[in-house]
Amino acid sequence: MTVRPLTRPAAATAPHEIHARLAGVTRTYGAVGGRGGVHALGPVDIALRRGEFYSVIGPSGCGKSTLLDVLSGLSRPSAGTIVFEGRPVDGAVPDGVGVVFQEDASFPWMTVRDNIGFGLRENGVDAAEIGRRVDAALALMGLRDFAAAYPPQLSGGMRQRVCIARTLVMQPRLILLDEPFGALDAQTRLIMGDELLRVWRETGATVMLITHALDEAAMLSDRIGVMSARPGRILAEIETGWPRERDSRIAADPGFGAVTSRLWGLLREESLRAIGAQAPAGADRA
Amino acid sequence: MSRAGLVRTAIVVAAVAALELAARGGLLRAGVAVPPSEVAAKLWSILRAGDANADLAETLGNVALACGLALVAGFSLGAVVHGLPRLRRALDPFLASYYALPFFAFYPVLIVVLGIGRLPIVAIGFMFAVVAMMVATLNGFDRIPRALPRTARVWRMGPVRTALKIKLPSAAPHLFTGIKLAVAYAFIGVIAAEFIMATSGLGYAIAYAFNNYDNRTMYALMLLLLGIVVVVNGVLHGAEQRLLARRRAR
Amino acid sequence: MPTRLLDTLLVLAVGLLAWQGVHWLAPDAVTSPAGTVARAAEMLASPRFWPHAGETAWAFALSLVFAIGGGLAIGLPLGLHRFSAEVGEPILVSLYSLPKITLYPVILLVFGLGLSAKVAFGTIHGLVPVAIFAMNGVLALPPVYARAARALRLSRWRTLAAVLAPAAVPEIVTGVRIGFSVTLLGVFIGEMFSSQRGLGFLLMNAIGLHDVPTMLAIILMVGAFAVTANAALLALEHRLHHRPA
Repeated sequence: MTVRPLTRPAAATAPHEIHARLAGVTRTYGAVGGRGGVHALGPVDIALRRGEFYSVIGPSGCGKSTLLDVLSGLSRPSAGTIVFEGRPVDGAVPDGVGVVFQEDASFPWMTVRDNIGFGLRENGVDAAEIGRRVDAALALMGLRDFAAAYPPQLSGGMRQRVCIARTLVMQPRLILLDEPFGALDAQTRLIMGDELLRVWRETGATVMLITHALDEAAMLSDRIGVMSARPGRILAEIETGWPRERDSRIAADPGFGAVTSRLWGLLREESLRAIGAQAPAGADRA
Repeated sequence: MSRAGLVRTAIVVAAVAALELAARGGLLRAGVAVPPSEVAAKLWSILRAGDANADLAETLGNVALACGLALVAGFSLGAVVHGLPRLRRALDPFLASYYALPFFAFYPVLIVVLGIGRLPIVAIGFMFAVVAMMVATLNGFDRIPRALPRTARVWRMGPVRTALKIKLPSAAPHLFTGIKLAVAYAFIGVIAAEFIMATSGLGYAIAYAFNNYDNRTMYALMLLLLGIVVVVNGVLHGAEQRLLARRRAR
Repeated sequence: MPTRLLDTLLVLAVGLLAWQGVHWLAPDAVTSPAGTVARAAEMLASPRFWPHAGETAWAFALSLVFAIGGGLAIGLPLGLHRFSAEVGEPILVSLYSLPKITLYPVILLVFGLGLSAKVAFGTIHGLVPVAIFAMNGVLALPPVYARAARALRLSRWRTLAAVLAPAAVPEIVTGVRIGFSVTLLGVFIGEMFSSQRGLGFLLMNAIGLHDVPTMLAIILMVGAFAVTANAALLALEHRLHHRPA
């Protein structure tokens, strides 16, 4: 099946061109007048290369989602700078950034087709172009037969596909995903992971995936940033060295076990700390 | 009709039949209970003669005005207050106690302030309905999944567009509860105000018939009011079911 | 939280200021807050006031007992039986949204003037919301409660008394709170139209005499009582809804 590309394929660029950069980013919650509060994140430094698949993995409550929030511009960092395509990001989501949330964000009052086209309509794209892009996204995400359905009639996996398709039609150059498969069962996760890889290849976008699943990070990523327990910092960045053409069967590769065991080696202690020293609940996702 | 609907209809029919028999059989004091068939006949003659048309039109106009204002104001207030958590927390105790106030006691005060006529009646209906809509809006907005307004921010939608295109439809089931309550409360407020001390309107007509020992007319007008309320509720219920049907999980 | 209390007091102050403002605009129509409180204090000190208050209190207490008892007796069984609830709910909701004041003449015809008419009128106001909340409270319980009770081989009665009713208590309290308010409203309105005693009668009397300070003082006192009782029930409700699992 050939599908019209949703995004202009990445221009031939110099290797390791930096697409987005976080420098010294921290986030503190609930601090009033400089006292108290929860230090949720950082300082964190990450440089995302154009077109790479980067995953952030860390123990629960380490500030992974906070990291995504500040990078997308949904919230402001307490300190540090974020740059996307050469421009600073501060408190607003820049053009070219798409976000897929862990929670089901599909609109139950719209059909799948209307859901996917909604962002385009809001941004004043003309109807013919919307139709073209929505059709392409429906095809890419395997939703063609469900275009007229309403999300509550679909399974959780299908609803998340709708959300991904809704992000893709905006032709983002940077796609941020916050544990998008967290609510799905194990087999569906594997299939969705493969689809995400396919989307990543076909769109040429840079992808940053937040996850707590070792195998998911190891399977999908070019690079993995491993975070410490709260306040989350990047402990290490691991290059997987997978080829661009890959899918979940990479798990059978002898190198796969090496990657996961390295990840677990780094994470085990942090996870224990996270469980033992549970910080005040709710601050991370507040 | 559903099985529940059939049983419900059967119960209502049986109750009416029992009342008819009791009234005809002299079980109830004559004059107190008028057989439902005679009440219906009286209503029919009133409607045919058009005797109640002016009062009915006035009452429905008052209800529509009070209710419309209450829905718009209640939604807007709810949406604004929801965006201001501090104000909302401060208002919460007042909102929760609002319906504990004996409203109709204010009616004489409103007459003194607003004068006699439609205004105090619509004001009572509005006051009675607006907070129900506002509270329903707050409840509905509380239950909007966090990811939805965040999605709107990713698309760089402004606060008003987000409120109208994302929050309003997302909170629609709760807003519908508010609409149903607001309609019912507007009816209660307007009719009660008319009943207490107006000089026209359906509520007044019922009180007038009572005071003139014209029980037949009184019951007929009550039946008319009951019919209107039931029809309005039915229409709203049907609209709500259609809205919810799509949202139900498989 | 102190800021929260402060904010609430601030809202109260704005409300009082608005009241005062209306008084300045129309001094004859609306007594000032201070004047109203003074009149209320005067009434509370008068021996002629208390028999009226007692009459209202007695009628209200009786109505409340009938409304809560009757509401639970109707609502709980309906909640247990889903089909009955489906049949009954629209009837209850229609009754709730009916302007009950129009039924007052019927009540008067049936009960005559006096205490029983007031009590009947208060009861029909409060009974329906208590029934609706009790029914929905039981209906909304997770089915696993009933299944757990069956696994423990409880009888139908024990299931209701020991599992379902206690689990539905928070919803029932909400219904009682709303029932409380509307029952008071019903009794008060009843007194306004057909009684020679009670606070409603005093209010109607004051309206007839254009005695604005007394009107507002009575509204203030009844309102203060209703709001205080409501706040107490609300606090109870909050405790029940957030009780530790």
